[in-house]
Amino acid sequence: MDLSIDYLGLRLKHPIMPGASPLVDDLDTVRRLEDAGASAIVMHSLFEEQVSREGRAALRHMDAHDGLQAEADSYFPSSDVFALGPVAYLERLGKIRAAVDVPVIASLNGATPGGWCEYAALMQEAGAHAIELNLYALPTDPAEDGASVEARLVDVVREVRRVVHVPLAVKLSPFVTSMPSFVRKLDAVGASGYVLFNRLYQPDLDPEALIVKRSLHLSDPSELAARLHFLAIVFGTTRGCLAVTGGVHSGRDAVKAVMAGARGVQVVSALLKHGVGRLRVILEEMTRWFEEHEYDKLSTAVGSLSFARCPDPSAYERANYVQLLQSWHG
Amino acid sequence: MAARMVTVDANEAVASVAHRSNEVIAIYPITPASPMGEHADEWSAAGRTNLWGAVPRVQQLQSEGGAAGTVHGALQAGSLATTFTASQGLLLMIPNLYKIAGELLPFCLHVAARTLATHALSIFGDHSDVMACRQTGFAMLCAGDVQEAQDFAAVAQATTLTSRVPFLHFFDGFRTSHEIAKIAALSDDDLRALYDEEAIAAHRARALTPDHPSIRGTAQNPDVFFQAREASNPFHDAVPAAVAATFERFAALTGRRYRLFDWVGHPQAERVLVLMGSGAEAAHVAVERLVAAGEKVGLVKVRLYRPFDRDALLAALPPTTKAVAVLDRTKEPGAVGEPLYLDVVAALARARAEGVAHGATSAVVVGGRYGLSSKEFTPSMAKAALDALATPRPPHGFTLGIVDDVSFRSLPHDPAFDTEADDVVRAVLYGLGSDGTVSSNKNTIKIIGGDTPNYAQGYFVYDSKKSGATTVSHLRFGPRPVRAPWLVRRASFVAVHDPKFLETTDVFEVAAPGATFLLNTPVPAAEVFAGMPREAQEAVLAKRLKVYAIDGASVAEAAGLGRRISSVMQTCFFALSGVLPRDEAIEKIRKAAEKTYGRRGAAVVRANFAAIDAALAHLHHVPVPAEPTTDRRRRDPVAPDAPDFVRRVTAVLLAGQGDALPVSAFRPDGTWPTGTARYEKRAIGLDLPVWDEGLCIQCGKCAFVCPHAAIRSNAYPPAALAHAPAGFRSVAAKGGDLAGLAFTIQVAPDDCTGCGLCVAVCPAKDRSNPRHKALDMAPAEAHRDAARPAFDFFLGLPHLDPAALTVDVKGSQLREPLFEFSGACAGCGETPYLKLLSQLFGDRALIANATGCSSIYGGNLPTTPWRADAAGRGPAWANSLFEDNAEFGLGFRLAADAHATRAALRLQALAPKLGGDLVAGLLEGMGRGDEAGLAAQRARVAALREALGRLGGPEARALAASADALVKKSVWIVGGDGWAYDIGYGGLDHVLASHHDVNVLVLDTEVYSNTGGQASKATPVGAAAKFASAGKEVGKKDLGLLAMSYGHVYVARVAWGARDAQTVRAFAEAEAYPGPSLILAYSPCIAHGYDLVMGGEQQKLAVASGIWPLYRYDPRRTAPGQAPLELDSGAPTVRAREFMKNEGRFRSVALADPKRYARLVDAAELQAAERRAMYEHLSGLRHGPAPAPHPMPAHPNR
Repeated sequence: MDLSIDYLGLRLKHPIMPGASPLVDDLDTVRRLEDAGASAIVMHSLFEEQVSREGRAALRHMDAHDGLQAEADSYFPSSDVFALGPVAYLERLGKIRAAVDVPVIASLNGATPGGWCEYAALMQEAGAHAIELNLYALPTDPAEDGASVEARLVDVVREVRRVVHVPLAVKLSPFVTSMPSFVRKLDAVGASGYVLFNRLYQPDLDPEALIVKRSLHLSDPSELAARLHFLAIVFGTTRGCLAVTGGVHSGRDAVKAVMAGARGVQVVSALLKHGVGRLRVILEEMTRWFEEHEYDKLSTAVGSLSFARCPDPSAYERANYVQLLQSWHG
Repeated sequence: MAARMVTVDANEAVASVAHRSNEVIAIYPITPASPMGEHADEWSAAGRTNLWGAVPRVQQLQSEGGAAGTVHGALQAGSLATTFTASQGLLLMIPNLYKIAGELLPFCLHVAARTLATHALSIFGDHSDVMACRQTGFAMLCAGDVQEAQDFAAVAQATTLTSRVPFLHFFDGFRTSHEIAKIAALSDDDLRALYDEEAIAAHRARALTPDHPSIRGTAQNPDVFFQAREASNPFHDAVPAAVAATFERFAALTGRRYRLFDWVGHPQAERVLVLMGSGAEAAHVAVERLVAAGEKVGLVKVRLYRPFDRDALLAALPPTTKAVAVLDRTKEPGAVGEPLYLDVVAALARARAEGVAHGATSAVVVGGRYGLSSKEFTPSMAKAALDALATPRPPHGFTLGIVDDVSFRSLPHDPAFDTEADDVVRAVLYGLGSDGTVSSNKNTIKIIGGDTPNYAQGYFVYDSKKSGATTVSHLRFGPRPVRAPWLVRRASFVAVHDPKFLETTDVFEVAAPGATFLLNTPVPAAEVFAGMPREAQEAVLAKRLKVYAIDGASVAEAAGLGRRISSVMQTCFFALSGVLPRDEAIEKIRKAAEKTYGRRGAAVVRANFAAIDAALAHLHHVPVPAEPTTDRRRRDPVAPDAPDFVRRVTAVLLAGQGDALPVSAFRPDGTWPTGTARYEKRAIGLDLPVWDEGLCIQCGKCAFVCPHAAIRSNAYPPAALAHAPAGFRSVAAKGGDLAGLAFTIQVAPDDCTGCGLCVAVCPAKDRSNPRHKALDMAPAEAHRDAARPAFDFFLGLPHLDPAALTVDVKGSQLREPLFEFSGACAGCGETPYLKLLSQLFGDRALIANATGCSSIYGGNLPTTPWRADAAGRGPAWANSLFEDNAEFGLGFRLAADAHATRAALRLQALAPKLGGDLVAGLLEGMGRGDEAGLAAQRARVAALREALGRLGGPEARALAASADALVKKSVWIVGGDGWAYDIGYGGLDHVLASHHDVNVLVLDTEVYSNTGGQASKATPVGAAAKFASAGKEVGKKDLGLLAMSYGHVYVARVAWGARDAQTVRAFAEAEAYPGPSLILAYSPCIAHGYDLVMGGEQQKLAVASGIWPLYRYDPRRTAPGQAPLELDSGAPTVRAREFMKNEGRFRSVALADPKRYARLVDAAELQAAERRAMYEHLSGLRHGPAPAPHPMPAHPNR
């Protein structure tokens, strides 16, 4: 059957690809991902914080000691020897481009407009077929209301679009007041597609030490439901194409994502848990499902169970909630 | 084609020639030559090739002796090889220099000439090191400025190839090595044209090779040695002509003409100076000025010092010469004169004896000394020497630049003798440590030197502090090459980048009348003048200064640069100094910022742009009234109740007026009083810890980790609070053994650097708001004034008897620190160990300190941190050298033991008269090193002295004089990893192999910290360091395991931030162990590249990852079932990469080459696992029951 699909204007042989993760830090793993059938490579994110804070940290904790002592003009080898900021990332992007035949999507993570957005242009220059912009915002300032946060994020997308012409996917969090409206605003400033959803950083608390700890949890299939829900709602309201990330662990999950509206299906946790070969398992499971159900083309299934097209849209609406509650108490 | 102009310092210029001209480069760090090796290493790491298309092999050695040996081998094997060094390093090379010269190996050694350590170490410049080499057989060529240093590097290289005589090319340390100047660069083609390829081929043909073998380095007997030694005479004889020939070829290539002895002055000069190095350039200026004024004076600049060419000297001297003053930049006590003087005298005397017809042969020749340890040498001092020649009996053996009121040899000079042209912009900028002033001034020089036709000069003066350091930048710009190797004295622009300098230093002394003065201050422009102390106001008015102010810190902060104000101040400098049109200047500053910070990312560049663009809008003219408006004077450098010496001498040094102190101010043997750091109130901390006594659990961890002894704990009787000042905080002491006592944690508000380690380590959190702890950092200005009387009162509180205190973290911190307020970096990881040493054993400690960071913050003037307790006892400290510290400390032990033996013999001899109990008690108490035993023994010694006083007589007086030796002394051998793992390892190994009771403390920062972070054998795999810029490939040497292999050495590996209790225990056990002990102490350092407030956390990770396992190996654990090795940290619980990712030294490797980094991280983790497995195995090697004796097997032949 024909699994091919257009995603971000790129013709992919199928929707399944590794999502942004440290997996692509290693060139051999990238090659194995391609061997496992990945239709594209999404690179590990270059973080706004990494770009700006690392530079400042080096300035503060390395360069600040320059010219301080008669005996030591500096305490580190010349900074020409190594680079902070995007240089290493761009070099890796170039190497991945050279190593694989599938499209390479570079990823940029940030939430404030600023000079770092220009790194998108450098990514484009280094050969990225598309950019995935992860808008990770965690508002903590009581003076900044929801509208301001959203406006700020729209500005970021506008700024990145200003400097790149390649397709630009925006990776979103679920915490916007009106997803369709927000997506439409992003459409207007040039987003080419949307990836639902990024995973919020969820710290853990250590009650004995009275500290907050960083933690990283891998996704599980239960997280897919929320993504399917919003894919279905957004599908049809935007010119952009959609992708899912988070919670896809099986071929059946991938089928659901496609039917909810995804043209791209990103997998990370399953690969981290089971190895990169898992991608082929998911791909084969998905393929088998479509073949067993006699689909000629995968593209015909895209969005078939979206809010706009499904037989009973109320299942996606508030009515669904009411019914569930009633059945719980009933 | 016109030469390319470059703006560089001499180290870079010389390294460039050396790197292009050689195949093998052996390096070892030593100030001020280190940058030459660093450049060579970085260039080779970056793949830069030499003239023949190959990347020179750069190899770091364990010492300069090793570097010289490697070069010697490389030369014998036929390669082109070089090295760089200075001072003590040069001394270590001398044995090989004789060999290399004796074997006629073509080689050029580049030396940034530096003072040799005598009564004191000095990192600064003079010729005492190179003068110690004049007998080696090396040719010696001396450069006087940056241009010459580059040129002579090439001339020496070219001539050694043809003459086969090795060359020592030298230039003045710091004054030339570190002066940045605009020079004409030598191209590769220039060098190729200069070097004789046939000579190189001949050198290669002579190589030691098994393909046509020969033998060298034979041992010769009286029958032949002498003759064979004389066989090389023709080669040495030919050197002057060879150098002269190279000079001629060089002139043809470049247009720059040099001679063996260059003449400057009147053609019929009668009074002549002879000198070499940068001093000759100062003399050059003086002579030109005097000749212009009609005086018949002149100067001979010595270029080729060895071989000393008499005829060339005579050719340089005019026959009218009547009196010659030879000025040496070295001191040779006991000689008739210094070396250059003797050479000149001998040369003229030989010429006279041989009947050479030259007027100069009958001239009066006198000698003088100048410029030791980079002491300023100015045209006015050169003039003073010329003036002295005009007297009927010119003095000999005089000194210039000091006031000698002891042996009255100094010549006065007239500081008003001014030689500087009016079209030269002269600027002096006072900067504060990490504000970036020096870096931006270097940029400024490069902008002016590189982008304008102007010539530029930059020279930088630093104080000796590693935290809160002061930098003074001296810049000159003008239309001609700048010949002025002395500090700016009449500045047309003075900038003060921290307003505190107005309170401590006479910053206006250097300002010319009408100069522009720029102050960085948060005070609004209209209030700036009123805020100045009276002295500053008077200077502004008297010199009619144009005053400007900017709140640079706010501009930098707003731009996102924190406290780094350099870009802001640089912009103001260009705007006010008028060196360049304003817009053009700003454009160039932006370009320079982009170049400098581009590799730090666009965010950093953008922040600098923002600061540059915003600066001028915040620059304001300061209105100056007609009269001073205040009577407030500058703060005295020291308190009025300071000891006499501190007020007479230390205070002068602190005020920056040390040059004015006469000879009589100093002890002639280098001895200084201890404990002077407490009189230097620097107040550099922007934030201070504030104590919440209600929350405090009194664990003592804050005081334990404080690098500067600036936060302290004490438990004392509540009655002592009777006169406590308002605001002094106290709380009931916790813990059964402290019942009924009061307890205080007190910050030293003028000594805290604000590093925040105490707050980071504080475990006492407010449960409802854990952000608030028993210690919080708060802005210093809000707390400093209140804390001052509290701290003064705290210092007067009584201390508990140490014998009554537990030996643990808390107990250790209730003891008085006898190491305090050092100039170490904020957050220094070394000093907490030294403070602990002082608290536990300071009153009986003799400390031998290897050269390095700990000898600098431990013993660099103006103030020193080691001090005595209330009883007058405290650590006695000395630094010998870098390489000999273990042996030096062993000498302390042997002397202390000899003193004890002598005292015991005298005691036994007088026993019949003194009473059996006292004598028996004293003899028994000699071995007691515990607090109670020491207290009892000291009481017995006091009783003995009383008894001896009653007894009288010479024997009694002799015993009384040595009675203190009956109290056990604790000998500590302290140094860094550069010493212990590298240069001093042989000696350390030998001392550990002895049975003597010495305690070795290795402050392991894993790099040569003091000289700027060069790799040592302690540098861990994967870390970038200078000389290992791509990341160290080889793992760290396991020094502890090597020591353990002896079986009788106590060994501990500690990390104060990981397990402080284990650290204390290890110190106590090591000291109590009656043989050699070795403590390897993990020491976070600024060279690791992270915020040192996280130093404790990083140590925890280092231990948890197995990178730094904790253990104690105690040979006393010999009972059955015990193992000497006890592991104090468990199996790794985190991966090494988690530790490594937090530090810039590893991170830079990850960014530069992720694949290589991944491999090195794997290696680090594997090594950690293997080390753990080995230690676990060793810790399982328990002593079983004593083996049953079994008969020796019969000898087969018997």
